[in-house]
Amino acid sequence: MTAHERTDVLVIGSGFGGAIPAYHLAAGGASVVVLERGPWLSADEFDHDFKFGSSSTRAFEFTMGEGMNVLGGNCVGGGSVVYFAAMPRAPRFVFERQGSLGRRMWPKSITREALDPWYDRVAQALPITQSTWDDVTYSGGVFAAACDHAGRTANPVAAAIDTDLCTNCNWMMSGCKFDAKRSLLLNYLPAAVDHGAQIRPLHEVQRIERSSEGAYLVHYTVVDPVDYRVQVDVGVIEAKIVVVAAGAAATPVILQRSEETLGAMPPAVGRYFSGNGERLNTAILNEDRVRDVLGLDRGDGLAYAANQIGRGPSAASWDRLDGSLPEFSRYSLEQLYFPPGFGTILAQAPDADGPSWFGPDKKEILRRWQSWLTIFIMSEDDNEGVFGPPPETGNADRISMQMLSRGNLRYEPTANTRHGWALADADIRDIMERDGLSRVLPWTNEVIGAYTVHPLASCRMGDDPETSALDDTNELRDHPGIFVTDGSAVPGALTVNPAFTIAAIAERAVPNIVRAAQARGVDVRYRGSLPPPARISRKAPVPLTGRDGQPVTVPSV
Amino acid sequence: MTLEAYADTIIPGEKRDPTDRAVAGAVSGGGAVASGAVELMLSPEGGLAGTLDSLAEGLNEHARDYGARLGLDLDPAVPPFVALAFTDRITLAQELLAPGHPEQELWVALAMFTTMAWDTGAHMSTTDALASGHPGLTTMGFMPPEPDGSWRFPRFSYGRALAATHPRTTPRGDPQ
Ligand SMILES: Cc1cc2nc3c(=O)[nH]c(=O)nc-3n(C[C@H](O)[C@H](O)[C@H](O)COP(=O)(O)OP(=O)(O)OC[C@H]3O[C@@H](n4cnc5c(N)ncnc54)[C@H](O)[C@@H]3O)c2cc1C
Repeated sequence: MTAHERTDVLVIGSGFGGAIPAYHLAAGGASVVVLERGPWLSADEFDHDFKFGSSSTRAFEFTMGEGMNVLGGNCVGGGSVVYFAAMPRAPRFVFERQGSLGRRMWPKSITREALDPWYDRVAQALPITQSTWDDVTYSGGVFAAACDHAGRTANPVAAAIDTDLCTNCNWMMSGCKFDAKRSLLLNYLPAAVDHGAQIRPLHEVQRIERSSEGAYLVHYTVVDPVDYRVQVDVGVIEAKIVVVAAGAAATPVILQRSEETLGAMPPAVGRYFSGNGERLNTAILNEDRVRDVLGLDRGDGLAYAANQIGRGPSAASWDRLDGSLPEFSRYSLEQLYFPPGFGTILAQAPDADGPSWFGPDKKEILRRWQSWLTIFIMSEDDNEGVFGPPPETGNADRISMQMLSRGNLRYEPTANTRHGWALADADIRDIMERDGLSRVLPWTNEVIGAYTVHPLASCRMGDDPETSALDDTNELRDHPGIFVTDGSAVPGALTVNPAFTIAAIAERAVPNIVRAAQARGVDVRYRGSLPPPARISRKAPVPLTGRDGQPVTVPSV
Repeated sequence: MTLEAYADTIIPGEKRDPTDRAVAGAVSGGGAVASGAVELMLSPEGGLAGTLDSLAEGLNEHARDYGARLGLDLDPAVPPFVALAFTDRITLAQELLAPGHPEQELWVALAMFTTMAWDTGAHMSTTDALASGHPGLTTMGFMPPEPDGSWRFPRFSYGRALAATHPRTTPRGDPQ
C-alpha cells in the first residue's frame, strides 16, 4: 500500500457543518485535517468587482441541475463567506413537520426546545445580534412599510453582522472586505487552527474507502487555484473518524461515489433533497406611490431607488409562520438583494408584449433596476430532489474555470410545493401591488427551473432508516465513524434561512462525534468551549502547488 | 456576427453605426453587444469559447429552418440569423428558449452570458466598466464606488419603525 498521511479526524468541507466539529475536536485534543475544495481568501482578497476571476467567481459555486440550481460557497468558510448572514431560529412547528411521509420527519429527540441551547451557543460564538429598525435598510424598510400598509406585520431580521463595521455596500456575496460579516473565518476556523487543525484549501474529496484496520481512507484531488477544472495532484489521508460536510449539494455525491469501496449506502442518501421551498419575486416600485402611499422619503429627494444599498435581507414577514395552518401553506417572506449577474436574468417584465425575461420589455425594466425590490419566499417544499449517478469528480462537471458547473440533481416540484408557492406569490402581490405601489412577478421557473441558496436534506437525519440516512446522532447508518453535519442532515425545509439551524445541529452533533472518536481510541474530550472572536480574517498558512508545480499562495487574479 | 445578433435579441440596443447588421437597433441605448457580450462569451474563464462556433452554426441552421417555414427570403450576404428581422429573431429565440426544446439549455446558457455582460460587464473590472460608461451598468443606474474603488453607503435606512412586529416574536427576536 502507498504511504499516506494519518489523522484522527478528517473533515470534508469548511462551512457551518465542517468548521464547528473541526474546532471542537481540535480543541478537545484530536488531530484534525479539514479538506476544502475552494480557495482560502481573507478580507483583503474580497473584491468589489464582478470581473471573472475576482472573489465573486472564486468563492462561489453555481451548480445547474435538472429543475433545480444550487448556489453555494466554494471557499474556506463555505457558505458563511458568501451568505447574507440573516440568522433567525426555525419556528417550533418546523420540527413537527411530516412532509408527505405521514409521520414526523425529524428525529423525536429534536424539537425547538431541545435545539435552543445549541442555537444559543452559535449565537454567542459568531455572534448574532438582534436587529433594530435602525439596522433595517431602505429595501427592508419599503417592504416593512408595504406589509404594514396591507395590515400585516414585519420584523427586523437578526444577523451575524457587525453593523458598526458594515458599509452597506451590498457586495457580501463576494465575501466581506471589511470583516463586518461574522463568517466562520472570524471564529470557529481560526480557533480550530489555533488548536492545531490543518485546513487545506483547493483539496477536493472524491471518495472514501474503508482501510483493513476499520479506519477510513479519504481520497482527494488538488485543484489549480485559478482554473478549477485542472487537477494538479492527488492524495489519500487515513482517518479514524470522517465528518462529511460538503454541503447538501455535494455530500450525498461523495457518499454515492464511495459505495463501491464502502458498501451500500442507506437508501436516503441522495434523496429527499429540499430547496427550502425557495422562490423569488421581483417588484418594480413606483417611486411616486412609495412616497405618497407609504410616506417614505430618504431625505435626499428620493423615496426609494435604493436597490443597490444595503446588506442582504433586513426585514421579513412572519405572518404565515403559524403552526395552526396546514402544512405546505406556511412560509416567510423576506426582502433580499441579489446583485447583478445573478439577480436579473430571471426577473420578468410585467405586462410584456413579447417575451418577459428577455427582449425589449426586459430592457425597459432594467432601466428601473434601482427601484427593484426582491422578495424571497421560504416555504415548505416536498423534499422532491433526487441525485442521479455521480459525475467523474466533485459533485458536478465544471463548465467554466470557476463558479459554473452542471450536476445530477433532478427536482420536479410536486403539487404540494407549487401550492405553497402559489399562496406566497398571491400574498406578495397583495402586499406589493396594493394602491399601485409596484408591479410584481415571480421569477420564471421556466428558464432553468427553481433556484436555491439553501440546499437541505439530501442525507437527512431521522428515526426511520428507510427515509433517513443518519440516525439522530448524525452518524451515517451502517457506516460507524462517518458523520454528516451539514445542511444535508436537516430533514426538510425550514421556512426561514437555514444556516443558524445547520450550525446548531452541528454543535449538537459534536458530543456524539467525540464519543465515537473515543471509542476508536482517539484521545479527545468534549470541552464545550466556544471559539474566541477574531477581529480580522487570516491568510492561508498552507503553501499550495499550482498547475506548473510551483508553490503559490492563492494569488489575486 | 451571429452571436452578436443573438445577444442583441436578449438585451437589445441601438446600432453602433448605420451599417450595423448584427445589432437590429430595436431600442434606444447600448444593449448587450455594446456591453461586451461577445467579449464575455469569448473569455477563457467563461468556458464557453470552445463551443461558440458550433452554437453560431446551430443558430443559423435554426434561422434557415425558421425562414423556410415562414417562406422568408433571407439576405444571403449575412448569416441567416442576422438576416432575420428583429421580431423574427425574438420569435425564434422564444422557440429555442422554451421549456421542452431539446436544446433549451444551450440557448439559456448563451442568454445567461449575454445578460451577465449587460448587468455586470464581467469581462472587465467593475470600476473600469463604470468609468468607461459601460452601457448596462450605466443604464441600470449602478452607483459608482468611492475614490478608493470600494462601495460605501453611509445613509442606508429610513431609521424608524415601519411596521408592528409579529406578536409571536420571542424576546430574542426570533419566530416562536
Ligand atoms: C448567496 C447566498 C446567500 C445566503 N444567505 C443566507 C442567509 O442570509 N442566512 C442563512 O441562514 N443562510 C444563507 N445562505 C445559505 C447558507 O450559506 C448555507 O445554508 C450554509 O452555508 C450551509 O452550510 P453547510 O455546512 O451545509 O454547507 P456549506 O457552507 O456550503 O459548506 C460546504 C463546503 O464544502 C465544500 N465542498 C464541497 N464539495 C467538496 C469536496 N468534494 N471536497 C471538499 N470540500 C468540498 C464547499 O466548497 C463548501 O465550502 C446563503 C447562501 C448563499 C449562496
